[in-house]
Amino acid sequence: MKQLTVLSGKGGTGKTTITASFAVLARNAILADCDVDAPDLHMLLHPQIIETKEFKGSKLAVINDTKCAGCGLCREKCSFGAIAEDIKVDPFACEGCGVCTIVCPLDAIILTEKISGHAYISKTKYGFMSHALLCPGESNSGKLVTLVRQNAKMLAEKEHTDLILIDGSPGIGCPVIASVTGVDAALVVTEPTMSGIHDLERILRLLKHFDVQPFVCINMHNINRENTARIEDFCVKNGINVVGKIPFNQIVTEAMVCGKTVVEYSPQNEVSKEIRDMWDITRRDLQLNGD
Amino acid sequence: MIVSIASGKGGTGKTSVAVNMALSIGNVQLLDCDVEEPNAHLFLDPKIDQTYPVTVSVPLIKEELCDHCGKCGDFCQYNALFVGSDKVLAFPELCHSCGGCVLVCPKKAIVEDKHRIGNLLLGSAGSLELIYGELEVGEPMAVPIIREVKKHIKRGKNVILDSPPGTSCPVIQTISGSDYCVLVTEPTPFGLHDLKIICQVLDKMKIPSGVVVNRAGIGDTKIYEYCKEKGLPILLEIPYQRQIAELYSRGIPFSLEMTEWKTKFQNLFNNIARMTGK
Repeated sequence: MKQLTVLSGKGGTGKTTITASFAVLARNAILADCDVDAPDLHMLLHPQIIETKEFKGSKLAVINDTKCAGCGLCREKCSFGAIAEDIKVDPFACEGCGVCTIVCPLDAIILTEKISGHAYISKTKYGFMSHALLCPGESNSGKLVTLVRQNAKMLAEKEHTDLILIDGSPGIGCPVIASVTGVDAALVVTEPTMSGIHDLERILRLLKHFDVQPFVCINMHNINRENTARIEDFCVKNGINVVGKIPFNQIVTEAMVCGKTVVEYSPQNEVSKEIRDMWDITRRDLQLNGD
Repeated sequence: MIVSIASGKGGTGKTSVAVNMALSIGNVQLLDCDVEEPNAHLFLDPKIDQTYPVTVSVPLIKEELCDHCGKCGDFCQYNALFVGSDKVLAFPELCHSCGGCVLVCPKKAIVEDKHRIGNLLLGSAGSLELIYGELEVGEPMAVPIIREVKKHIKRGKNVILDSPPGTSCPVIQTISGSDYCVLVTEPTPFGLHDLKIICQVLDKMKIPSGVVVNRAGIGDTKIYEYCKEKGLPILLEIPYQRQIAELYSRGIPFSLEMTEWKTKFQNLFNNIARMTGK
């Protein structure tokens, strides 16, 4: 079984558009949306939820006001500035470390588990899907990503599928690291802008750090041909395979508005053609069974 | 006044709005809090005056004092310490630097060590002061660097915070303490979906907000219906224009070439100042 993560570094370059189309083309891959704080894949794949599980990823300090004498030791020792002057816990700043519970001379503070998100197992027309939603403003998205991947793996084993297709999140921090560790390859979707190039370079370094094979897709390549050439040069010099160049086309937004993947919405469009070619190259490289 | 620029969805134009607004007003500090992928400097070509490493405290085990009782490992909520029968393994990248292990160790066998997770850069572009952080590639935790960036906020300045995408801890760290939050979105189903999530965060944090619609004209009109229903003001619309996209791709703030936009960004800022009473 192979795992492929779609990433970008910079946000909004087209990860989900590509992942959703790959989901259609792969037929019966297990799909995993690892962008748990702003997941969008479900809007194109329309999963029907079969199972929901609460995610208790972090803890929160709770002060028992009747026991508390207001000495302020907890406030002094908190590394996160999460206890206000009036000895109230700021739930956004508290990282649930528990230091306050051990320094409190009156045992007035306990750590409580909080529900910080939900994990879902769903069925789509294209295969099973593992996804999640972090409660707005919660932390520990990396742990929830790990849970989504565990669920995906379990589904892949049960269904005997040969591919897990993972939609990642922007950035290079903990949720992204959690979505690439141990995968077989990552498809980095970039755009020919100064920001796109800068962020591509950083995400490629991340993949090297974790020893993950990169593929690159240049989305909207015709908005700046000079920058596209720069990206291609850079990839050639670093032995990275550019597997696709997708032109800018309004059809992508139109398909999204209709809640459809672009390869289904307009199969004859140049964008769909490019995505199909890119899928073929990726599939062959990963030695997946085609038909 | 502190104004943060956030979005939920990535790539909607946060940095573009932050940079163009910063260039259109005076007495300004721009803090790029997207330390995973900082981009504001690409548009400003700043002169960097100072760079310093950002470190966090992580445990250092003095094996000669440790009797492997396991209290530190039991205490750590982040699984950053594993106590074996004759050795303690520390995982600095999982550590949140709470200092709890040092406190619970009965043998005083743990001391705090410094671990570098990135850099902080201070510079300027003309009269604009730019501060940004850069997370070291491979390090997972952005929040301590964002905290460090925000330490440079000066009172009396017009402070603009460019937030990372998403709705989780790095975003919370960025926008907390803001007087106002500008939400940059695009009129598409993804833009709307992620706008709704970030709005829930702002409601919880009680930070007033308004919307900038970028690439106006693409997609559909549901975003306007949502804003109307929620009572969210539309502060500015930036149309989808080839010229704006091209300038962006070359790293040029479009208000420098399309000067009519300078006034629009000034008005945007002045409107926010009026709404917040600052």
